[in-house]
Amino acid sequence: MEKNQYLDIYHQMVLIRRVEEEAAQLYQQGKIGGFLHLYIGQEAVSTGLISARKPQDHIITAYRDHGVAINAGLTARQVIAELLGKATGMSKGKGGSMHMADPNLRLWGGHAVVGAHLPIATGLALGDQYAGRDGVTICMFGDGASNIGWFHEALNLSKVWNLPVLWVCENNQYGMGTAVDRASAVTEIQRKADGYAIPNERVDGMNVMEVHQVSERVFDYIRSGNGPYFLEIMTYRFRGHSMGDPERYRQQEEVRCWQENDPIGIYQDHLVANNVATLKELNAIELAVIEEVKDAVEFAENSPEPSPDELFKDIYVETY
Amino acid sequence: MAKITMREAISQALWEEMERDEKVFLLGEEIGVWGGTYAVTKGFYDHFGDRRVKDTPIAESVIVGAAIGAAMTGLRPVAEIMTINFAFAAFDHIVNEAAKMHAMFGGQMTVPLVIRTPGGGGRQLGATHSQTPDAIFAHFPGLIVAAPGTPEDAKGMLKSAIRSNDPVLFIEHALMYQVRGEVPEGDYTIPIGKSKVQRPGKDVTIVTYSRGLDLSMKAADKLAKEGIDVEIVDLRTLRPLDMGPVLESFKKTNRAVIVEEGWKSFGVGAEIQSRIYEEAFDYVDAPIKRVAQKEVPLPYNRTLEQLALPQVEDVIQAVKEVL
Repeated sequence: MEKNQYLDIYHQMVLIRRVEEEAAQLYQQGKIGGFLHLYIGQEAVSTGLISARKPQDHIITAYRDHGVAINAGLTARQVIAELLGKATGMSKGKGGSMHMADPNLRLWGGHAVVGAHLPIATGLALGDQYAGRDGVTICMFGDGASNIGWFHEALNLSKVWNLPVLWVCENNQYGMGTAVDRASAVTEIQRKADGYAIPNERVDGMNVMEVHQVSERVFDYIRSGNGPYFLEIMTYRFRGHSMGDPERYRQQEEVRCWQENDPIGIYQDHLVANNVATLKELNAIELAVIEEVKDAVEFAENSPEPSPDELFKDIYVETY
Repeated sequence: MAKITMREAISQALWEEMERDEKVFLLGEEIGVWGGTYAVTKGFYDHFGDRRVKDTPIAESVIVGAAIGAAMTGLRPVAEIMTINFAFAAFDHIVNEAAKMHAMFGGQMTVPLVIRTPGGGGRQLGATHSQTPDAIFAHFPGLIVAAPGTPEDAKGMLKSAIRSNDPVLFIEHALMYQVRGEVPEGDYTIPIGKSKVQRPGKDVTIVTYSRGLDLSMKAADKLAKEGIDVEIVDLRTLRPLDMGPVLESFKKTNRAVIVEEGWKSFGVGAEIQSRIYEEAFDYVDAPIKRVAQKEVPLPYNRTLEQLALPQVEDVIQAVKEVL
């Protein structure tokens, strides 16, 4: 990897962190409505994965999607504008926090019903298989999604049809407030893939380089026609499930412990220890990100609301 | 014009669209090697192969979900759900995913998908396999719900559905696969979202669709012998609903009966009735009647089942009541 690629990964992780911190503030100011699920703590997962993808690879994810959107190539401006429900958001303010997408970047959302996008992922992969393209579909979901029926229908079909899909379980230890061992018959989620003869492994999701390297290897495996693969990426969300989470289900000590394991800090140490970048260079990126997010907030706040006639647009493609 | 069955008409539409457009493919339970539970896709697997005629596991959510994903990438899947009763197992993917994908992302995505599924009762299949839940699906903006009542419409509308860039739930009636009707030669389409007067008349308007059309036509033939001239408007598509021909007919006859096979409560008839009251109240000469299924889970026993389902005699009686 070139130095600029290492720095780009750092930039993405810091940008996600800063966008999320800003989003939390905007939410508290009442400028963001509905739900807001922050990705803070999990940045290494999607950054590691998506930095290893090729342009033809699809991404589909659940509702904790702001970070994924940034990794896929959407700008901080587009993300914050969508959070503010503005016409300049990528979904014209009609999707909000949970529905960020850009088909031109092969980012297919941002899906809000737990587990419902897994069957859709099989279809994205089928599209490539049918057309003879060599794309890989990356489908990200939480540990909680592995308990719903759709997970099992989708994994089964992906193996039966040998579809080029990478199933990525982001195991952040809690489905909302329910710990994995209180909801899942097996606590190693990867073992569920064994039931469908899908090769699988566990990855340290706080280490972006590890996620990146495993992803590169696994994308090659899938792209070579070997069918689906399953990663269980161990991670932790530093904030609540969504804003207004009383967090009665976990101990502050546990949270502190994971926060000391900050994926951005780990990556920073890695870059400095291996002489890839100096602290000064990384600090410059952090300062640039502060400006980038400031600009994005200004852009979003100054953007127009959707016009009332938008209400009836985009319901159908055809005119009836 | 050739006289063919509904089954043949639907089968021809699928075959011709698959020959016309390589992006069209089929997926569903038992549609391939078996040839289709209702034999609609008989011979397709041998001709088109397993790439384009895909047998699936018995897993309705992933059938519809996979079809949605494939459609998002530009393919034109036609998913078959063995009966509409099993569509409940895929309910989220039909009404929460397919129907919302275009709007929810601000128009960025399209889902050119057709879900074919037979519905209806009358074959002694018991309570869970005999339903007509069309109105439930028609409740959701973003979804197209088509339910043709003749072979000509079925073929032409299915072709339109496959060529449409919107998700279409295409409801067939299992008892009508054997019904024959004249179908034009060659390639033709019939637009989605257009109601049609299937029988002109002047005394009473019957508004119906799907198998209700068959019942209403039979009732109209009998009533004609008594000198009652019935006009029949076939909705053909439930969403978007084309009230134009309904209101035009009603303003002429001032009397209406609505015939549907689903339950009366919160049904298609309830919607049509209130639309007429809202939009043509000044033309009402008699309370509008609804003929529908009795409010019970459909029993297995043949006599009880027929007692619950709307019959030709029920239509005749309702027409006489509004005259």
